[in-house]
Amino acid sequence: MSRPVDQAKNAETFLADTVHEQRLDELLWAMRMRRDAAARQVPEWEELRTLASEIKEHTLSNLSQYLIQFEARATANGMIVHWARDAHEHNQIVYDILAEQGIDALIKSKSMLTEECELRPFLERRGIRVTETDLGERIQQLDNQPPGHIIGPSIHKTTKDVAVLFSQKYGSDPNNEDAAYLAGVMRENTRPDILKAHAGMTGANFVVAETGAIVVATNEGNADLSAHTSPLHICSVGIEKIIPTRESLAVFIRLLTRSATGDTITQYTSTFRGPRKGATMHVILVDNGRSARLGMKRFWHSLKCIRCAACMNTCPVYRRSGGLSYGSTYMGPIGIIMMPTFEIRKYSELPFASTLNGSCTNVCPVKIDIHEQIYGWREVMEENGQIQVVKKEAMRVADAQPSDPLPDRHGHTVNRTGSPSPLRHLQPLECMGQAPGCPGSHNRNIS
Amino acid sequence: MSSSQALSRNTILDSVRANQPAAQSMPTIPHFHTNNPTDLVATFCESIARMAGVVVTDHVPDLDSFLRTKFPNAKVICSAIPEYGGTTQPASLNHWSEASTIDVCILRSPMGVAETGSILLSDIELQVNTIAFLAHDLMVLLDTKQIVANIHDAYQHTYFNLRPYSVLMTGPSGSGDIGGIVVHPAQGVRSLTVLLSPAPDAGQRTG
Repeated sequence: MSRPVDQAKNAETFLADTVHEQRLDELLWAMRMRRDAAARQVPEWEELRTLASEIKEHTLSNLSQYLIQFEARATANGMIVHWARDAHEHNQIVYDILAEQGIDALIKSKSMLTEECELRPFLERRGIRVTETDLGERIQQLDNQPPGHIIGPSIHKTTKDVAVLFSQKYGSDPNNEDAAYLAGVMRENTRPDILKAHAGMTGANFVVAETGAIVVATNEGNADLSAHTSPLHICSVGIEKIIPTRESLAVFIRLLTRSATGDTITQYTSTFRGPRKGATMHVILVDNGRSARLGMKRFWHSLKCIRCAACMNTCPVYRRSGGLSYGSTYMGPIGIIMMPTFEIRKYSELPFASTLNGSCTNVCPVKIDIHEQIYGWREVMEENGQIQVVKKEAMRVADAQPSDPLPDRHGHTVNRTGSPSPLRHLQPLECMGQAPGCPGSHNRNIS
Repeated sequence: MSSSQALSRNTILDSVRANQPAAQSMPTIPHFHTNNPTDLVATFCESIARMAGVVVTDHVPDLDSFLRTKFPNAKVICSAIPEYGGTTQPASLNHWSEASTIDVCILRSPMGVAETGSILLSDIELQVNTIAFLAHDLMVLLDTKQIVANIHDAYQHTYFNLRPYSVLMTGPSGSGDIGGIVVHPAQGVRSLTVLLSPAPDAGQRTG
């Protein structure tokens, strides 16, 4: 049985490195601010969020019918549709497709589902070389690290970190920290692999039942490149990614990138309805615990997630802890309500990595009640005996805290006896502009 | 379908049926036209500029000299439009990876989107899909009459229901993955220039 991930301890290590901690905090907060500005440009923003939530709830509550509709349409379009109950079955399907054609090298674009399934090590153990085509994901691959953020996998690294890494792996100038130069180094070094690839793989942002289409959004163009440079395209999709129609797709496309980076749309927003002439396209519909989560009355709404990471960018704990501190595929507020469904004991501590300030819920484009689910998971952990005695005691003390805790000179909150709160990492670190009952604006200076 | 695949399919669907919540209704989705910009062309130009795309609004009488001036070092100019020859055409490519040898490709898009500054391309215009991301630079002709207001309108285009591949392209490829600094290009095209130009024959391209 896995030991629980100690997120707080991991976060302390990250916090001790002030350069990375401050840089990450600044970057993510700037993304949050851009998200706010983008949302303000759209008069119907809140109506779109409501629609997105309702469309997802409609689809998930009729999921079996939409899965069957998608399967029929995708098959009619010429795709080969597979079903995978769990991560192992998914990985085996991918391997079998490649092995059948004697393919020993795969290019792939970023997909959190393939991270969840641990596909890359599975294939590499069987002699298949995998080259990530997303810049951030490739950086993490070269550094033997998992992604630290679901849309910016290497966002916790500075330009200096990348310059040093590329000099070790590609022989580039370790002192040239110019991001354009470094992106060029990656382009030069991965293009040869891409051009001679015999198979490419992508994930999917949305799957449209009506048209049997896969929709993928990237800024780099690397999903298209992974899908079409070779004659074999394999696409992995979580079953919750289905939406009913093109009409509903428009709602999500308007929300996704604005919520993620503050841009209006990604540079490449691509629809794959079937294989190109002379090529083969496989789609793997993956369950891996999703159908079980659908039956969790209190937690099924987390399946509405469109992976924009807005909740992560706004979360004071995530911004100060770094994504790797969660020790999990999905991190930040959305991660801590999803991961316990995969392995309850291992991720039993994650629901405590939150101030419960509600900002995550307020920025979520599909209106997942994230902070309420975090609280719900704490209760589940308590009911299941997953909370360590020390944490229980900490919660008891926190309950006894005065409503106006005093800051000590280090900025920690203190109780009336003057001793630092053992739950100081659970106290609100700052007031979030959109949090309920917290109308103040953020006062940090971000250049 | 193999028996093991049939088992997996049935297991998943049975589990979904057993667990899915009580059916909730699908909302009616408006197109929000009351919030449309008054000048679609101006909005399109502003939107694509925000994504590092370039728009040429002046009339270009001679496409060849325009391309030679804008891309003086280009050797391989691929034309995917009938009114211009270039040095090569998509049909001449022997392999899809050969699109990486193209310096500039010139295409015509059937639709622009004012809200986002996107242009639509599909396998019809591209002929070789990899041109959309392996060619170095793209020059895309767009008739201003084919600019729609927003993404709701855009996804009504028949391509999304008919074509194997369609992409809304918005500026050149980019990435913010190194230190959060946005750079162009990433893995896709280095530049995207949209040249506003009336379609020579409205019935020329069909979708």
